[in-house]
Amino acid sequence: MKVVVEGNHAAALAAKLCKVQVVPAYPITPSTHFPEKISEYVANGELKAEFILAESEHSALSACIGASAAGARTCTCTSSQGLALMHELLFIASGMRLPIIMPVGNRALSSPINIWCDHQDSISERDSGWLQFYCESNQEVLDFTIMAFKIAEDANVLLPAMLGLDAFVLTHTSEVVEAPEQSEVDKFLPPYKPLFTLDPKSPKTFGSFCTPEYYMEFKKKTDEAMHRTSEVIDKVFAEFKAMFGREYKKVKSYCCEDAEIIILTLGTMSGTARMAVSKLRAKGEKVGCASLTVYRPFPSKELIEVARTAKVLAVVDRNISLGFAGAVFEDVCSCFVNHSKKPLVLNYILGLGGRDVLIKDFELIVESAKKALETNKFKIPEWIGLREELI
Amino acid sequence: MNEELFLPGHRACAGCGETIAVRQILSVAGENTIAVVPTGCLEVVSTSYPETAWKIPLIHVAFENAAAVASGIDCALKALGKRKGINVLAFAGDGGTFDIGLQALSGMLERGHNVKYICLDNEAYMNTGIQRSSATPYAASTTTSPLGKYSIGESRKKKPIGAICIAHDIPYVATATIAYHLDLKKKIKKALEIDGPCFMHILVPCPTGWRFPSELTIELSRLAVETGVFPLWECEGSDMSNLKITKKVAHRKPVKEYLQLQGRFAHVMRNEKLLAEIQKEVDEKCAKYGL
Repeated sequence: MKVVVEGNHAAALAAKLCKVQVVPAYPITPSTHFPEKISEYVANGELKAEFILAESEHSALSACIGASAAGARTCTCTSSQGLALMHELLFIASGMRLPIIMPVGNRALSSPINIWCDHQDSISERDSGWLQFYCESNQEVLDFTIMAFKIAEDANVLLPAMLGLDAFVLTHTSEVVEAPEQSEVDKFLPPYKPLFTLDPKSPKTFGSFCTPEYYMEFKKKTDEAMHRTSEVIDKVFAEFKAMFGREYKKVKSYCCEDAEIIILTLGTMSGTARMAVSKLRAKGEKVGCASLTVYRPFPSKELIEVARTAKVLAVVDRNISLGFAGAVFEDVCSCFVNHSKKPLVLNYILGLGGRDVLIKDFELIVESAKKALETNKFKIPEWIGLREELI
Repeated sequence: MNEELFLPGHRACAGCGETIAVRQILSVAGENTIAVVPTGCLEVVSTSYPETAWKIPLIHVAFENAAAVASGIDCALKALGKRKGINVLAFAGDGGTFDIGLQALSGMLERGHNVKYICLDNEAYMNTGIQRSSATPYAASTTTSPLGKYSIGESRKKKPIGAICIAHDIPYVATATIAYHLDLKKKIKKALEIDGPCFMHILVPCPTGWRFPSELTIELSRLAVETGVFPLWECEGSDMSNLKITKKVAHRKPVKEYLQLQGRFAHVMRNEKLLAEIQKEVDEKCAKYGL
């Protein structure tokens, strides 16, 4: 069935179709429409779930951890400062292996305070043991939310997952989305049956105190699960395609087959980058665009494959690891560092705090990449779209 | 007493009041209970991996969020159709309740979750080395409110946590201490029969932090009541005038008898003026409670 929904509502609709049982939430811009929609579903009896109006994001995720440990399918949402407030609990949720799902309205972090799109909030949590997906359209928001439950709840995974929704570009923008039937989702996603719960009939201690004698092994097991997830994602993508007809890949590639310059993107900037690539291809330039839909676990193998013809990989970061470069750039460098054939990896910072991302920005990036290739001179990182007169 | 649900072999200090309280509470709550314990002494001494002292399910998440975690469990049990017959108990220390956990506690009380929140108050951050909390009593010397040339120890009075909880208009708030175990158990039983949030403030003497010989734990918890320092009461509903004293003290003992056994108040024994000031404060509080 075709519906017109904004990103937040696509995530809420997916949560409803997944028959989520407990939703603790604390509203924060630009994610507010998610708990609003959930509360509407609950108020109208469309969703039979316990909705907890938490007094902070910290408590919202704490309640998720309690609910998930008690055996309920659980989700929440947040953004920016709210995600930062959840920081300590993100590690606890993954350490306890709880498959909580959380759409994140990707928004800049203070200060200065800013409610618009960038990826600093979720990128800053890349090491927290949460799976990370980045969406480009509201269809992807809906599909990835459904798939996230199935991936996270897989016995080989048992890890929480966050989905990146670019602030306002997705969260508040309506699009036509193909919504699956409830019966189809029921077939795709079986009820959540956790292996271990807080059950008085079989008492267990969750969240033990752990000495140096045991701590490392816990982290190793979680890291192994994160690596195993890569295969589970492929399996779930295939099952999703078979059932719903839409195909997904960890690295989306556009005109990359013979590309000498590949632009690497995340989220909604990918569409703009592809338009720039089309324009440049029409002029005969060998450029392409690769975009990551999965960021954790990092799809190294897939990226190396997509970039096999690239002389330059221009990594575009909508975040900045201050004092170094963009975070995605670091990941990309690491994944090529021991590889025999590596492209020149460049880094471009753009679109922070909701600064418009334009086709001409990517044309500029390609120009810069070409120059770097010719002269072997470049700066890491290069900032795009700055207002020089203000600096 | 029912079967032991808090098992021996844990690592609490000798004479720890907190673990005595947990045994007393679980003997009433029984095995159909889920415990939420925030970071603190109790979690450290009883859950050291791969061992556990708990024969009931327990979850420890972080320091400030026992009430929020318990809220999630309450709702999950409801959503799963398993809510009936299972007690959800939060056991938090004074730091995790009076200070860092107050916001989550307030949220949980306001939302009306069926959680029994038990504050095991040993009057400072004992797990991390006896730093003051807002539950530390006036004049107590701790490692962050030390006695000094310009300091009498803790300079502020204990936060009125019971009154704060009563103001949330919850069904039941009570105080208790381990010396009066029948009173404590009666109150736990009453709380467990109520469908809604209840708050229990339990004084648990700490030999390490209060600096007294470990065999005096029960004696000190009794003296706290007999001197009027820690009156035992219960309150149903939001009105402080519903507050009922559950242990009348016929002849209140001088506060000195309680303070002189504790190293944290040693300097008070040498300071007549300070001792008189503390006695006056206790007298005023007892007059207010009609003790």
